[in-house]
Amino acid sequence: MITKTIRASVLALLATGATGAAIAADKGPTALEMISKDFRSKGPATLERVLAQDEAQQLCSAYPMQRSAKINAQIEASQTKTIKYPADGVYLGKWQEGEKVAQSGRGMQSSDAVGAPNGGNCYACHQISKQEISFGNIGPSLYQYGKLRGNSEAVLKYTWAKIYNAQAFTACSNMPRFGHNGVLTEAQIKDVMALLLDPASPANQ
Amino acid sequence: MNHKLLALAGALALAQAMVHAQTSSTDEIAKYRQMLADGNPAELWEMRGEELWKTKAGPNQVSLERCDLGLGPGVVKGAYVTLPRYFKDVNKVMDLEARLVYCRTTLQGLTQAEATQTPFGSTAKQSTIEALVAYITSESRGMKMAAPTGHPLEKQAYEDGKKLFYLRGGSHDFACATCHSADGKRIRLQELPNILNPANAQMAYTTWPAYRVSQGEVRTMQHRLNDCYRQQRFPEPVYASDALTALTMFLAKNAEGGVYAAPALKR
Repeated sequence: MITKTIRASVLALLATGATGAAIAADKGPTALEMISKDFRSKGPATLERVLAQDEAQQLCSAYPMQRSAKINAQIEASQTKTIKYPADGVYLGKWQEGEKVAQSGRGMQSSDAVGAPNGGNCYACHQISKQEISFGNIGPSLYQYGKLRGNSEAVLKYTWAKIYNAQAFTACSNMPRFGHNGVLTEAQIKDVMALLLDPASPANQ
Repeated sequence: MNHKLLALAGALALAQAMVHAQTSSTDEIAKYRQMLADGNPAELWEMRGEELWKTKAGPNQVSLERCDLGLGPGVVKGAYVTLPRYFKDVNKVMDLEARLVYCRTTLQGLTQAEATQTPFGSTAKQSTIEALVAYITSESRGMKMAAPTGHPLEKQAYEDGKKLFYLRGGSHDFACATCHSADGKRIRLQELPNILNPANAQMAYTTWPAYRVSQGEVRTMQHRLNDCYRQQRFPEPVYASDALTALTMFLAKNAEGGVYAAPALKR
């Protein structure tokens, strides 16, 4: 009976740990030490890339579920500085190409070819057009994104920045930092912008 | 094959399919699962695995019937639901697949390379490992998940697994937690178990290994984790490594109390 009670309280502690604010340091190896020992580079997915954690990745790994306002502000400030707007001032490409980027989940996986073009895989997490019913829900629906917001300079800049580095707005956002991490090229981001903002895009019908 | 157990597994699969149907837009997939649950091809892997377990093999020409999966040499019944666990003979925590490698090297005399060959089979090249794992796990059907954390190294494995679960890195900033720490999430139409929610963790963990209809093979937990890491844009985990054991311990512990229902059937 006593053993059972102790067991239950250990479990309760473990459960708290799983959702608590910080991952405590302990006697065991760090996550990166485990990756270094037990993982091998394959194709474009290299050990070096994962081991080179930046500040945002470090903080979001250490405080996965909740962070203080101070840490959030620190991440958002440093990530805002990384944003590069298009050099020619043109924000919108072709929505037809953007749709292809949004559909493709290829790129940077251990099973992909090195140097092959990356997709954005937007539909994995977002609803965008009504025609595509196979969409995920980790991110919000983007259906009628442009129709609801218009395409003022402010909307263009905000949307660009959000795709470029979502953590400039939301520390530890689940969304990949597509521009900052070089997942999508400037031209690809323009095409995705058009998918969201072009009045002719299926997203805005 | 024990038909009572198979019927039970079928009923569990049906119950799970019904839960899915209530919560999602994947009704058709649930119906499909239900339809196939009566005759899971995984049975063929289970039978082949049982034969492999009992057949003399390797340079030492001995069977695996003296392999200690944690409940004593040769005890297969109920072993899987108490894994991963600490093993005194190696002074470390092992999951089923790591332990199988250990038994095949120490008892049968295979080299490490031979014992880890073809962990994931294909029609052209069958996997001995997938068959053995299908057999061993089937012998825990209907039992409750009870991975132990009494030993300090078992606790440590759980903590290490948790660290891996939350590790964000690589080109896409993904962690396991990116997709598996909130309720009701999907990638495209694929539902994602929230590993921090016990009911979800139980349903996920107790239905691996599984016969994957899309692949025509029984896939093990190591294969599941491998494929997660591939999609996570991480490098490839080494088969039966300590890191995968630790992550498996985190998952198994979170699934504690769930009734084991695999080898199951999945898309």
